[in-house]
Amino acid sequence: MSIEIESRECVVDSGGGQVEELVVNVGPSHPSTHGVCRVIVHLDGEIVTKAEPVIGYLHRGIEKICENRTYNQIVPLTDRLDYVGSMYANWAYCRAVERLAAIRVPERAEYLRVIVCEMQRIASHMMAIGSSAADTGAFTMFIYAFDERERLVELFEELCGARLTYNYVRPGGVSFDVPEGWTDTLRAFTKAHRTALDEMDKLFFGNVITRQRLKGVGVLSAEDAVGWGASGPVARGSGVNWDLRKHDTYSVYPRFDFDVPTGSNGDAYDRARVRLFECYESCRIIEQALEQMPEGRIKAEGVPRLIQPRPGEAYDHIESARGSLGVYIVSDGSPRPYRVKFRSPAFCNLALLPLLAEGHTLSDLVVVLGSLDPVFGEVDR
Amino acid sequence: MSTFLWGAFFGVAAGLVIAIGALFGVWGERKVSARIQMRIGPNTAGPFGLLQTLADTVKLVLKEDVTPVRADAGVFKFAPFLVFTPIAMGMAVIPFARGWAPLDSSVGMLFYLAVPSLSAIGTLIGGWSSRNTFATIGGIRGAAQMVSYELPRTLSVLSVVLLAGTMRPVAVMDAWQWWWIPLTLLGFLVYFISSIAEVNRGPFDLPEAESELVAGYFADYTGIRWAIFMMSEYGGVVAASLFGAAFFLGGFRLLPGVLGIVAYLLLAVLLIVAMMWVKWTFPRMRPDQLMTTAWKVLTPMALVQLAIVGVVIPWL
Repeated sequence: MSIEIESRECVVDSGGGQVEELVVNVGPSHPSTHGVCRVIVHLDGEIVTKAEPVIGYLHRGIEKICENRTYNQIVPLTDRLDYVGSMYANWAYCRAVERLAAIRVPERAEYLRVIVCEMQRIASHMMAIGSSAADTGAFTMFIYAFDERERLVELFEELCGARLTYNYVRPGGVSFDVPEGWTDTLRAFTKAHRTALDEMDKLFFGNVITRQRLKGVGVLSAEDAVGWGASGPVARGSGVNWDLRKHDTYSVYPRFDFDVPTGSNGDAYDRARVRLFECYESCRIIEQALEQMPEGRIKAEGVPRLIQPRPGEAYDHIESARGSLGVYIVSDGSPRPYRVKFRSPAFCNLALLPLLAEGHTLSDLVVVLGSLDPVFGEVDR
Repeated sequence: MSTFLWGAFFGVAAGLVIAIGALFGVWGERKVSARIQMRIGPNTAGPFGLLQTLADTVKLVLKEDVTPVRADAGVFKFAPFLVFTPIAMGMAVIPFARGWAPLDSSVGMLFYLAVPSLSAIGTLIGGWSSRNTFATIGGIRGAAQMVSYELPRTLSVLSVVLLAGTMRPVAVMDAWQWWWIPLTLLGFLVYFISSIAEVNRGPFDLPEAESELVAGYFADYTGIRWAIFMMSEYGGVVAASLFGAAFFLGGFRLLPGVLGIVAYLLLAVLLIVAMMWVKWTFPRMRPDQLMTTAWKVLTPMALVQLAIVGVVIPWL
C-alpha cells in the first residue's frame, strides 16, 4: 500500500477560516478487495472534502485488440472485462454480433443463456456483498457469501470447464450443452440458496453495527442517479425503477415472472440490500427457466467460423449485475470489426465516487466504494 | 530469596504465562473463527493443529528485523515492550485460589485497572515513531479508544469493590456472594464490552485493522516485534477474562476446593471464546461511533450499575 502525503496546504474553507488540508493518496493496491483503484483524497481532519478516483491501472487496450481479432476470437476477451461476470460480457457482445449479422439464436440456447446469466448475477452479488462485508470487518459474512459463490463456480466448471472466464456464450448460441445431473444440482442449489440468503440477511444486514456503518453513507438521490448515468443496483437503490430485463426486455425474459427490488434511501445499505434481494429473484428466474427450457439445438445453424457481417453498426445492451452493459460494434464488412466499444456500467457508476464520498470520513470512503461495486477489468478495459 | 530474585522469577513467570496464553490464544482464535466460518482451521501441524502457532513463531523469529529508515529507531524498538509489559504486570494481582494471588496487594483492583492502561502509551508511540501518516493516525485513535473505555470499565469494577468494601483482590474473593452475579450483571456487560475495546479487539479494532483501508499502527513492525504486539493483545484478553470470571462471575468461589479452580479456569476460557465469537460476528465500528458508544452508552450504564449497588449496600 502506498500512502503518501501529496501536499499539505492551507486553504480557505467554506466558513471563511483557514484550514490545513491534507491531500492523501490511497494507493492503487490496497487490501480492500475491489482491485486496483487509486483515490486522491483531500482531507479536512477526518472529513473527506474531495475524492478523486484515478483509474487506468488495469487498462489492457481490449477495445483496440478487438480491432485485430475475428468476431469469434473476441469472445474470450470479453470474459476478461468484467471478470466477476464473464457470462454477461459474453452475452452482450454476442447479442451485438447477432444483431449485426442477423443471426437467430435457437430457443434452448436463449434459455441456457438466461440461466447462466442469472447464476452469474448471484455469484457476482455474492462477491459484492462479501467484499463490502470484508471492508467493514465482517469476515464471516465474506466467507459465507463466497461459499455460495463457490457452489455456483463449481457448477460453471462442470458446464464449460472454467471457473472464472467462461467463454461460454458464443455468437449464435452457447458452446456446450448441460451435462448429466447438472440441472438437478442447480435446482438443489436454488433451494438451499434461499436459506443461505436468509441467514446472510440476519447475520449481516440485521446487525446493528452494519446498519451504523452502511445506513446514511453515500446517499444518492434519484435525480442524481439518473443525471449521472448510474444503472443497476446503484440506481435501483435510490428508487429508480429501471431494469433492462423488464423495461427494455430482451431474449426470453418476458416469459418469466419476477420482481425488481428497489431501495428508497439511496444509501450503501439500500444498495447492498437490493443486491441481496436480486439474488432471490434470480433464483426464481432460474427455476422457471429450468422448467420451461425446451430441447433443441444450442447453436444456430449455418453460423460460419469466420463471421463476416455486412457493413454497418449495432448496439445492444443487457442488464448485468453492475448495471446496463452495452456493446457497440461497427463493421466494415471484413471478418474483423472496425471498432468495438464497451459501455461499462462500473465505469459510469464509479464516476459517482466524488459525489458520494464528500462529507464523509475516510472509513466511509471504503464503504462507498464497495457499495458502487466496481470491477476494474470493466472500468479500465 | 531476596525480593529481587522473587521479582525476577515472577517477571519471567508472568512473561511465560502470557506467551503460552498467546500461543493457545492464537490457536483458539484460528479454530474458533474457522468453525464460525464453516472451515476447520489448522489441523496439520501437530494434533488438532496445536503446534501451528509454534511453527508460526519460529518463522517470525527467523525474519529480518526491519526498521523503517525514517522511523525513530529507539522509540520504534521500545514501543512493543511498553505495550507488553504493563499487561504482564496487570496479571500479577489476579487471585487464582482462595487466599492466594501472585501479588497480594491491598490496592490490587486499582493496580489492575491502572497499570495495563500504560500500554496505551506504547500504542501511541509505536504509531508515532513509525513516521507513517496512517500509522500515526492509527496510533492516536488506538490511544484515544483505550483511554475512553477506561471509564466504563473502572466504574463497573468499582461496583464490585463497593459491594466487597475492599480493594484487595484476595479479600474481594473472600467476601464474594452468589447474589452478586445478578446484582452486577449490568456491570459485567459493561466490563466485558469495555475490555474488548481496551485490547483493540473485535468490533473495536479500527486502530489495527485500519489496514482495511490503510496501514495500522503496527504496520511497520515485522517478525518478532509484531508478535510481541499480538502477544500483548492475547495477554490482555486472557487477563480481562480471568478478572471478569473471578470478580463478576464468582471464579473459584463457585465450587469448593480444586473443583473451584477448575470451574474458574473454565469460566475464563468461556469468556475468551465469547470475545472471539464477538469479533468474528460483528463488523467494525467507525471511530466516531466507537467514542459515542463509550461515552454515551457504556458510561451511563456503568453509572446506573453503581447507583443500583449504592442503593443495595445499606441493606448488607
